[in-house]
Amino acid sequence: MFGKLTIEALPLYSAIAAGGALVTVGGAALVVLIITWLRAWKYLWTEWLTSVDHKRIGVMYIVLALIMLLRGFVDAIMMRTQQAMALNSGGYLPPEHFDQIFSSHGTIMIFFMAMPFMTGLVNLAMPLQIGTRDVAFPFLNSLSLWLSAAGAGLVMVSLVIGKFSTAGWTGYPPYSGIEYNPGVGVDYWIWALLISGVGSTLSGINFVVTILKRRAPGMSLMRMTPFTWTALVTSVLMIFAFPALTVACGLLALDRLLGMHFFTNDHGGNMMNFVNLFWIWGHPEVYILILPAFGVFSEVVSTFARKRLFGYESLVYATAAIGLLSFTVWLHHFFTMGSSATVNAFFGIMTMVIAVPTGVKVFNWLLTMFRGRITFHPSMLFTIGFIVTFVIGGMTGVLLAMPPADFLLHNTTFLVAHFHNMIIPGVLFGYLAGYMYWFPKAFGFKINEPWGVRAFWFWIVGFYLAFMPLYVLGFMGMPRRMEQYNDPAWAPWLMAAAAGAFLILIGIACLAMQVVATFRDRRRDADVTGDPYDGRTLEWATASPPPAYNFAILPQIRDREPLLDMKERGVAWQKPARYEDIEMPKSSAAGVVMGAFAFVLGFAMVWHIWWLVGASALVMWLTMILRSSDDDQEYRLSAAEVARIEEARYRALGSRA
Amino acid sequence: MTEVVKRARRWATAIGVALLAGGCDRMVVLNPKGPIADAERGLLFDAFTVMMLVIVPVIVMAFWFAWRYRASNRSARYEPKWSESKLIDGITWLIPAVIVIAVAVLVWRSTHKLDPYRPIASDVPPLDIQVVGQDWKWLFIYPEQGVASVNQMAIPAGRPISLRITSDTVMNSFYVPALAGQIYAMAGMQTRLQMLANQPGKFVGRNTQYSGDGFSDQFFEVLAMTPAEFDAWVAKARQSPDKLDAPTYARLAVRSRNVPFTFYSTVEPKLFDSIIAKYTHAHRMPEPAAAAPARR
Repeated sequence: MFGKLTIEALPLYSAIAAGGALVTVGGAALVVLIITWLRAWKYLWTEWLTSVDHKRIGVMYIVLALIMLLRGFVDAIMMRTQQAMALNSGGYLPPEHFDQIFSSHGTIMIFFMAMPFMTGLVNLAMPLQIGTRDVAFPFLNSLSLWLSAAGAGLVMVSLVIGKFSTAGWTGYPPYSGIEYNPGVGVDYWIWALLISGVGSTLSGINFVVTILKRRAPGMSLMRMTPFTWTALVTSVLMIFAFPALTVACGLLALDRLLGMHFFTNDHGGNMMNFVNLFWIWGHPEVYILILPAFGVFSEVVSTFARKRLFGYESLVYATAAIGLLSFTVWLHHFFTMGSSATVNAFFGIMTMVIAVPTGVKVFNWLLTMFRGRITFHPSMLFTIGFIVTFVIGGMTGVLLAMPPADFLLHNTTFLVAHFHNMIIPGVLFGYLAGYMYWFPKAFGFKINEPWGVRAFWFWIVGFYLAFMPLYVLGFMGMPRRMEQYNDPAWAPWLMAAAAGAFLILIGIACLAMQVVATFRDRRRDADVTGDPYDGRTLEWATASPPPAYNFAILPQIRDREPLLDMKERGVAWQKPARYEDIEMPKSSAAGVVMGAFAFVLGFAMVWHIWWLVGASALVMWLTMILRSSDDDQEYRLSAAEVARIEEARYRALGSRA
Repeated sequence: MTEVVKRARRWATAIGVALLAGGCDRMVVLNPKGPIADAERGLLFDAFTVMMLVIVPVIVMAFWFAWRYRASNRSARYEPKWSESKLIDGITWLIPAVIVIAVAVLVWRSTHKLDPYRPIASDVPPLDIQVVGQDWKWLFIYPEQGVASVNQMAIPAGRPISLRITSDTVMNSFYVPALAGQIYAMAGMQTRLQMLANQPGKFVGRNTQYSGDGFSDQFFEVLAMTPAEFDAWVAKARQSPDKLDAPTYARLAVRSRNVPFTFYSTVEPKLFDSIIAKYTHAHRMPEPAAAAPARR
C-alpha cells in the first residue's frame, strides 16, 4: 500500500534533522494559518494560483526563489559552522547528515533558487519590454511554474519524510547508483530534477516563441532591450541543454529502478557517460543563469548612469557568442578524467575563448558609466559590486581552465570559491538588482532603498570574507565536502569563512527588512507614473502594476530605447484616439492541478508506491485532455472596459502632473 | 609589452616569495616539492600575471568611473547619447582576445608537457606503483618489489614514479598536491599519474572526490626517502607476516575507516589487473600506447 514508506522515514535519527523537519512543517503550517486568518484562500486561488498572467507568474516564481534562497542559505551556514568547528572533532553534524546538507544546498540554489528567480524576472519584464499582452503560451507558462514548484516541494518534503541525496548536487554515479546508495535520497534528487527540468524546457520554448513572434510593431531584433536578448539566448540554451539533464537523470533512474547498467561499475556501464551528459547540460546552465543577469546589469547601468548603453551591437553579438560557446566547454569540469592532452587542451582553450565576449561585456558596462550621471540605487550598487568581484572570479576560472593547473586545484575549496565567485556576484547580485529594479513595476510602489543599500554592503563584505579564505584553503590542498579534518592550519581560514557566512545572514535579514519596510511605506512610496526612474525602455511606458493586457494599444517602436524616444518626441503617455476590444486568456486551474499531481507522482516514484504513480499520472493526463478540449479559453475585454481602466490611469497621472 | 610582462612577473614573484616567507609554507600548492607540481604552479603564476594586466585596470575603472561620474559631481562631462565607437569597440574585443591567445598558447604547450600519461624523462628508470582506491583507504602495490602497503606510499626521492590508478568502489580522485596534482580513480578503468620528489620528505595525499561517510578520513602519507631508506622500507615490508592473497584482499576491500598503516610481504600475482577485470568481464580495454618521454 505505501511502498517503501514506513514510520521509520521520519527524521528521528538526529535532533538536528528532526528540528529541521519541525521548522519546515511549522513554517508551512504558519503560512496556511495566516492565509486562513486573512481569509485569503479564495483570492489567492482565483487571482494568483490559477492565473496565467505572465506578471503574476513572474512574481510567484520570484517568491518561490526567495523562499528557497532561505532554505539553501540555512544549509550553507550549517556547513560553514560545521567546518569551522570540525578540527580533530566531529563538529555537530555526523557525515550522513553533513553530506545531505551539501547536496541539498547545491541542488536548491541552482534548480530551485536561481532557475525560478531567472524565469520569474524574464516573465515579469520581458513581455513588457517587447510590448506584448502575454507570453505566446500563457497556460504552458503556468504549467512550467507549477512543475518547478513540484520539484521544489519534493526537495522540501525530503527534510520531513526520508532523507535527501548524499551524492552532491551533481549526483555522480556509481556513488549515486543503487549499489552504493540504496536509500530514497538520490531518488528525491532525480525526481525533483526530472519534474522541474521539464518545466524549464517548456519555459524555454515559451520564451523563444514569445520573443520571436510577439514583439510590438517596429521592434526589430536589433531594437530589443539587452535583457530581452539575453532572455532569448538563455531560452535557446534551455531548450537544447535541459533535455540532456532529463536524459541523464532518466537513465540513472532506470539504473536504480530496473537494474539497468548505463552508469554502474560493471556490466558495461560507464560513470563517465553520466558525467559527460550532466555537464553537457551543466555548463550551458551556468550561462542560462548568468546571461539574464548580464541583461539586468545592462538595463540597470544604462538607467542609473542616465546614458544610452555603450556598444549595444557588441553586447548582442557577445551574448550570442557566449550562448554558442557554452556548448563547447563541458569537459573542463573533469580534466582529471584522464583524457588525452589534446582533448584537455582543446576544452581548456575553448573555455578561455568565452572570456573574450565576457570581457567585452565588462568593458561595455564600464564605458556606459563613463561620462554618465550615476545615481546609486541599490540595483546600481549590486552592479558595481558585480563588476569588481566578477572579474576576480573570471580570473580564477581561467586558472582552473588550464588542465595542468586544474590537476592541482580540482575538487578543492579553490574550485568552490571560484564558482561561488561567479554565481554570487554574477547571478545572484544580478537577480537581486533586477528584483529591486522591477519591484515598482510589479507592485506600483517603490522598494525601500536604505535597506537595499544595507543588504548590499553585508552581502558583498560577507561574500569576500566567506570565499577568499576558500581560495587560500584550496592552495593548502583542502578538498571540498570535508565533514572533519586534522590540519590545524585550515582552522582559522574556515572560521573566517564562517564569519563571512554570518555577515551574509545579516544581508539576508536586511532583504527581509526591506520587504517589511517597503510594504509599510507602500502609500508614501506609491508610484502612479509607472516610470519611477525616468526610464528608457517599454516596460516603463505602462502603468504599475500594469493592467492585465499590459498595453491598451500596442506601441509603435522606432528606437531601441522606445520610451526615451517617445519622451523626446513628446508623445509618451498620449491618450489614444480610440480603444479596441482585447482578447485575453482565462485563468486555469489545470496548471496548478497538474503541478500538484506531478509532485504526488514524484513522491510515489521515490517510495515505490506504484498504484499512486499510476493514479497521479492518470489525473495529470486527464487534466491535460480536459484542458486541451476546452475551447473556451479566452475572454473578451470590451473597448469600453479598457477605456474605463485607462481613464482611471490618466486621471491619476494628471493629478500628479 | 614584453617589458611590462617581465616587470609584472618580477612583482608577482616578489609578492609570491613574500607570502611564502610570511609563514605561508602551508600552502602546498604554492610550495611544491617536485618538478611536476612545480611546473603546474609555474603555470598558475604565469597566467595570473598575464591576466592582472586586464583585471587591475577593470577594477580601477569601476571605482574611478563610479566616483567620477556620480550624479552630484556636476563638473564631470555628461554625454547621454555617446554610445558607439568603432575604435573602442575594436579595442574591447582585442584586449581580451590578445590575453586569451597568450594564455591559450601556454595551455596548449603545458597540457602536452604535463600530460599525466607521459613518463618523466630521466636517466633513472621509473618506479612503478599500482594504486587502488577503496572505501575509505588507499592500497599501494609495488610490483617490482612484490610488496604492498595501505595508507602509506613510500617513494625514493629523485626517482620518477609512474602510477597506475584504479578504484574498487565509487569514483575517487587520487591527489598529492605537493608532488603531482590529481587524477580520477575509476572502477574497471586505469588512469596514470607521474610524480617525482626532489628531496626526502613527508607529504599528505587524499581522495578529493566525495565517496561517502568515511571520505574525510581517506588520506594517506607519502614518504619520500633516500634510496637506502627506501630499500630498508621495502625490507621491513617483506618481513611483515601479512600476505596480500585473494581472501586477504577481499577482507581489506570491505568498508573501513581510519585503517592504520599496513604492510604486506607478498602480493597475489596480477592482483591489480584482476581488480580492474572484475568490473569489465571480457571487455578488456586495450592498453593505451605510451606517450613519448617529456623533454626537460
